Amino acid sequence: MKIKILGTGCPNCKVLEKNTKDAVEELKIKAEIEKVTDITKIMEYGIMSIPALVIDEKVVSYGKVLSSNEIKKLLK
Amino acid sequence: MGLFYPLELFVNWLVYSVFNLSSKTLFGEAINFFIYDSIKILILLFVIIFIVSYIRTYLAPEKVKKILSKKFEFFGNMTASSIGIVTPFCSCSAVPLFIGFVESGVPLGVTFSYLISAPLINEVALAMLWGLFGWKIALIYLVSGWIIATFVGYLLGKLKLEKYVEDYVYKIKIKQELKEKKKLQKERIKESLSEVKSIIKKVFPYVLIGIGIGAVIHGYAPENLLTQIAGKGNWFAVPIAILIGIPLYSNAAGIIPIVSSLIEKGLPLGTALAFMMSVVALSLPEIIILRKVLKPKLLVIYFSVVGLGIIFIGYLFNILI
Repeated sequence: MKIKILGTGCPNCKVLEKNTKDAVEELKIKAEIEKVTDITKIMEYGIMSIPALVIDEKVVSYGKVLSSNEIKKLLK
Repeated sequence: MGLFYPLELFVNWLVYSVFNLSSKTLFGEAINFFIYDSIKILILLFVIIFIVSYIRTYLAPEKVKKILSKKFEFFGNMTASSIGIVTPFCSCSAVPLFIGFVESGVPLGVTFSYLISAPLINEVALAMLWGLFGWKIALIYLVSGWIIATFVGYLLGKLKLEKYVEDYVYKIKIKQELKEKKKLQKERIKESLSEVKSIIKKVFPYVLIGIGIGAVIHGYAPENLLTQIAGKGNWFAVPIAILIGIPLYSNAAGIIPIVSSLIEKGLPLGTALAFMMSVVALSLPEIIILRKVLKPKLLVIYFSVVGLGIIFIGYLFNILI
């Protein structure tokens, strides 16, 4: 599984990254987490509010800081 | 009898009977002022943030983009400013927002109307103004902010500034369009409530500090403290107030109660409005972030025109009121 966090480095993006790491660890799944900070790449996903969460190239959430519990539901 | 009369009675009872403070001492009066204002603003923040967040669940930026790309010129500017009223503005989203708008064909001037209106007219400022100055001033603020956003955006659109947008912006292609999920009423309400909770948690400490400082000024600072230095006779007061406002970013919640006390001490209303607008609409982090998409020349034009708009509103209300 490949997870991407789209964000330009704002405080909210960092919180989302941490929550995602927590969720992956707690579920004990194999996932690669990548941070995308290049705005050109971020825009390719069609989002306009950051941070966004992308799982296997599919945007699952944007403009929202998900809690690690919410992320767990998306990962299952 | 005002809407908040029962609250006034309750706070009087609490401070003068339960705490047993005298209504004739400055200290008693300041404590009363502090408790009454804090509760009143908390109620208003709750109600206004909830209403705005609820409307917002219907207006995701991805949808706004679609609405605005079909509009042109003046009507588009008016629509953009109106949508900006209910949109929150996190400066970190300014860049993706800007690119997304430009990419989908929203005219540059219309994009600017939205970028000005979103931070300038925000729900926290409206709730605070209503609580501390009354609904009339809150409405004046809303309408004048809307006018600035509409006209400044329109003007910038007329100036043909497209070449001063960073070139890479035009090269970006969006590969996938997002489909909006249908939301149930229950989800919208739940979302709005969680928004209320998170905003209040973030701003309320500043509100309390601001009201605290305001209460001290209210009780202890001499009358007419500012009439001499910042009164209507001093024409430099408006631009200076705006310059002071630029570095005070993100503390609008704390600054409005202080400003309300300063008005009692002789600060003219127009100067105060200009100052508050500068605090919310002109900020250093926003300048730095917008530099990513705007070439320096356009950045300077943008902030100068917004600044001039605010100065105009300041003078206008100093003359009118």
